[in-house]
Amino acid sequence: MSSLGDIARLRSKNAGPFWITVDIFCDADTYAPVASIETEVFAACLGVRDVKRFDLPDLSVVKLSLPRPQVQGSAADRDMHGAALAQVLAGLDVGG
Amino acid sequence: MTSRVRILVPAGALGLGWDAAALELGVSRRPDLIAIDGGSTDSGPAYLGQGVSKYSRAQVKGDWAVLLDAARRADCPLVIGTAGTCGAASSVDWLVAITRDILAETGRHAKLAVLYSDRDPAEVAARWDRVTPLPGAPEADEDDARACTNLVALAGAEQVQAALATGADIVICGRTTDTAILAALPLAVGCDAGGAWHGAKVGECGAYCCTHPDTGVIEIDFDEGGFTLTPLAETSRATAQTVAAHLLYENADPIRLHEPGGHLDVSAANYREMGEKSVRVEGSTWVPGPYTVKLEGARQAGHGILSLVILRDPRYVAGIADWCASLEARARARIEAQMGAVAYDLRLRRIGVDAALGALEPGRAQPNEVGVMAQVIASDEPTAREVAKLINPLLLHHPLTADEPMPTFAFPFSPPETDMGPRFEFVLHHVLALDDPMDGFRLEVLDV
Repeated sequence: MSSLGDIARLRSKNAGPFWITVDIFCDADTYAPVASIETEVFAACLGVRDVKRFDLPDLSVVKLSLPRPQVQGSAADRDMHGAALAQVLAGLDVGG
Repeated sequence: MTSRVRILVPAGALGLGWDAAALELGVSRRPDLIAIDGGSTDSGPAYLGQGVSKYSRAQVKGDWAVLLDAARRADCPLVIGTAGTCGAASSVDWLVAITRDILAETGRHAKLAVLYSDRDPAEVAARWDRVTPLPGAPEADEDDARACTNLVALAGAEQVQAALATGADIVICGRTTDTAILAALPLAVGCDAGGAWHGAKVGECGAYCCTHPDTGVIEIDFDEGGFTLTPLAETSRATAQTVAAHLLYENADPIRLHEPGGHLDVSAANYREMGEKSVRVEGSTWVPGPYTVKLEGARQAGHGILSLVILRDPRYVAGIADWCASLEARARARIEAQMGAVAYDLRLRRIGVDAALGALEPGRAQPNEVGVMAQVIASDEPTAREVAKLINPLLLHHPLTADEPMPTFAFPFSPPETDMGPRFEFVLHHVLALDDPMDGFRLEVLDV
């Protein structure tokens, strides 16, 4: 059994102060199992009901974008650059 | 007549440095323009809120002096977008003053064009009927706009073109879109519009779109069919993968990119590797739309005081959730007893446990120690400090249970309260409709 963090490189970053985006970099072999993970599963890990999703097979990347749950730099925000969020996906089971 | 433009991009931002040999190579290849970005909202609202730069003056001055000299030797203009991190007037003037210093110290003269992008918050409030929220925007009205300490509109290609058309040697821009300083010249001479915006988006971070991203320097050749991107450091290569993947970076949508006056669509883009290290891109399209500029504004949101204490006793580390919850309840009662119904925002962040992710943290490992960062924000400094001082004895001695000997925890500093200064928040994620692209932008030309 593998986890997403074992087979893919995870990156999250602000996309402006009000959005955050998570890039899941796979390779040709690992893209298919990652792309088969349902959007609701990703969204639940990210603590939201829905995310904007882009499946990019040419790049072997799945991209998830969501309005920032806490606006960048607000009192409730814990992470100015949105750097840590991707790690909530690291433990997702991708079979194998 | 064929339209060709060569732009040299030294780095992703002024202040990050570059590979010196690659920059020299770029100068010798006779670019038509040297362009570099000077800012971003990425480091948070304090820079726009205060109108100041994130980078050190010495670093910016040193790097900017190198680029002034490079542009003089290449005999081409030099342009910077979003000067001084936030692109507000005060940060633009900061870079203008640095430029004057450099020119005076080197005994040189130059023609400067300065593009100001900031707007009077009251004026934006008065034109609120022309302002539209973007997806994900916070609730905001005229009063929120009026409360901004700095409010800027992101200039697009047209305003940068107007600045370049003055014939200035050096163009210093306030807030622009990241892409505008790169797209302006190729668009002005009739290069392919899809290629101009796509090349600008890929190239705006310098060599981030290549291998060995920290080398910084790239060259983009724009023409009527698209663009060709080449990193100039010996070790750095552009591949179809690295160039295509850069559209993911800090972008919510990797296919469509909105700019003043339309959007770029890269869904039909074709990436072809050329020679040893270049990538050729064709097939992106530019779709014209209404002329709107994005607004950014920040305002003060109280004053912050921070305390930090470290818990090392394994029983306290294991019981950190209970410790924080019971401490917070006692603190709030004590603050109410001493200060009455005072407004304050208190958050205990548990460093080592879940400080970055909060309730989303999936990890369960017990660390050696936990840092508890107590963040207090109140309307003014004395109130925030008074609240923080009321919490202090609890951070030092709060027991997990009532009947145990009084514990003591590790404060790294005396006093334990640190002044975070005024807090700022982003207010706007909106666009303003303009009849004329120059409406509200101000261009000044100086002989220095």
